[in-house]
Amino acid sequence: MKTVFEPTKGMIPVDTSYCPGCGHGIAHRIIMECLEERGSLGNTIGVVPIGCAINAHHFMNVDMCESTHGRAPAIAAGIRRVHPDQVVFTYQGDGDLASIGTAEIIHAAHRGEKFTTFFINNAIYGMTGGQMAPTTLIGQKTTTSVNGRTVEQAGLPLRMCEILSQIDCAVFVERVMLNNPANVRKAKAAVKKALDIQDARLGFTFVEFLSSCPTNWGLAPKDALNYVGQNMADYYPVRNFKTPEGF
Amino acid sequence: MSRVLMKGNEAFAEAAIRAGVKCYFGYPITPQNEIPEYMSHELPKAGGAFIQAESELAAINMAFGASASGGRVFISTSSPGLALMQEGIGFIASCEVPLVILNVSRGGPGVGGIQPGQADYLQVTRGGYNGDVRVPVFAPSSIQECANLIYECFDIAEEYRNPVVILADGMLGQMMEPVELPEARGITPVEKINEARPWAITGTDYHPERNVVYSLRLDPQVLENHCFDMFEKYAKAEKELVRWTDQGLEDAEIVFVAFGTMSRLCVEAIELLEERGIKAGLIRPISLWPYPNAAFDKIGKNCKVVISTELSMGQMITDVKTAVQGRWPVSLINRTGGMVPSSIEIADRAEKALKEATK
Repeated sequence: MKTVFEPTKGMIPVDTSYCPGCGHGIAHRIIMECLEERGSLGNTIGVVPIGCAINAHHFMNVDMCESTHGRAPAIAAGIRRVHPDQVVFTYQGDGDLASIGTAEIIHAAHRGEKFTTFFINNAIYGMTGGQMAPTTLIGQKTTTSVNGRTVEQAGLPLRMCEILSQIDCAVFVERVMLNNPANVRKAKAAVKKALDIQDARLGFTFVEFLSSCPTNWGLAPKDALNYVGQNMADYYPVRNFKTPEGF
Repeated sequence: MSRVLMKGNEAFAEAAIRAGVKCYFGYPITPQNEIPEYMSHELPKAGGAFIQAESELAAINMAFGASASGGRVFISTSSPGLALMQEGIGFIASCEVPLVILNVSRGGPGVGGIQPGQADYLQVTRGGYNGDVRVPVFAPSSIQECANLIYECFDIAEEYRNPVVILADGMLGQMMEPVELPEARGITPVEKINEARPWAITGTDYHPERNVVYSLRLDPQVLENHCFDMFEKYAKAEKELVRWTDQGLEDAEIVFVAFGTMSRLCVEAIELLEERGIKAGLIRPISLWPYPNAAFDKIGKNCKVVISTELSMGQMITDVKTAVQGRWPVSLINRTGGMVPSSIEIADRAEKALKEATK
């Protein structure tokens, strides 16, 4: 019988540790599908963050290392210096990248590091149980903003694509969202493009995924997807910010 | 071997290049700035890579990434910079990744000053990292010894798969001495990395099984077992990495214990005391962890006092007391904050300590 579909060899065939309705599984899969499709699984090195996705190395079928909190871009910069020819990526959440790791991500972009960062923005600290992140929306309730985030107390949410796209050596910056099949396909196209531009060694490449955290948002999985498509996409415009010529 | 007159910091950088370093990551901090400066123009010529990191935090993590993926990595900093790196050092030890770190130490606490100090003794031997970690520490007393140690410590770090620290106070970094530089070993090519480091993350095309370098162990039994494994290595280190030199211990009334710059001053003070008819000896620990406790068993029966001689408020003295085990009185001769005593000051204070110990 002809095989019409099979899971990507980029994912290890085990159950993930992620909650029902969480976006990590989808993001993992499309990244790994892209790597498999371009024949890169054997020459890829990935860095996982502190946060729920520290477990990604149990699921992604490539060589990987963990990182200290927020420092994945520095670690990937070190890997790139030893391995000029491999595919190198970091996979980071919003607490990791947009809070404790701002210096490392800014300077990876500033040096035009030839690796790709996949940024999962679910507007909350997931693994530690739902605290406010720099990306938490105004009015959003978390365990450290029980009445909803306010501008007076915590400022306005940080938009990483908008910040990074100002940096000249960040050459590809795109925000996508994982709320329905059509958008997942667009997200996969952005991942593929980021990896192609990494191959061309033109500079730093960055894909932000607006993603859901039903458990810590206190929403059913389907409602959480709606929250991504409405509330999050309202504040975080889903679009391409920067693409080098020819891509 | 080529014998040249070089400033300490430049000799250290050149020794690391000749040891086959692939990567150096550094952030400017006095008194070690000549090292990143030298590396920035000389390491690329040797086929290596240099990054001026955005912070010491980034530097230690770049070092982790480069070493976890199989590159030989050297980093340097000075005291407050090392404080910033502590989390990374513990993480790297937990991941069992090798690294050689040179601390050209200065006076503290806090931002402190930029003159030589040894008040990092506790920082390097006890660390500021969390958890059950030990880090071998070596303290050279000359530029030659430091260059030799840097060259050798890559093998130690790789054998033990653990960070190794070399503690050279600012005096060694800033002065000039003749030094014989070791032969260049060359950089391991990427395709050969997994022969020496089968665990390194190089991409699965290079090795049969997928490699993951990790620290997180949520199962407490698994984590405890990991600590037991690490401490088997550390027990081996306590047997194999102990190093010291000594002089005149058999008939010494005063035994100085000093490392680095202070040990050189003690050698002069011993001569001054001899002119005054007082016999003094010296234990110079080279390995600060593991500490050379066995050296103290060589002290003869004339000993009246053991003096920990330090550029700090007295940090090594705890280890000296542990090694002495109550056999002789222990006293302290010290300056701190970047102040360095003269050999005359040391001799005078030692003579006073001897009188107090014998009255």
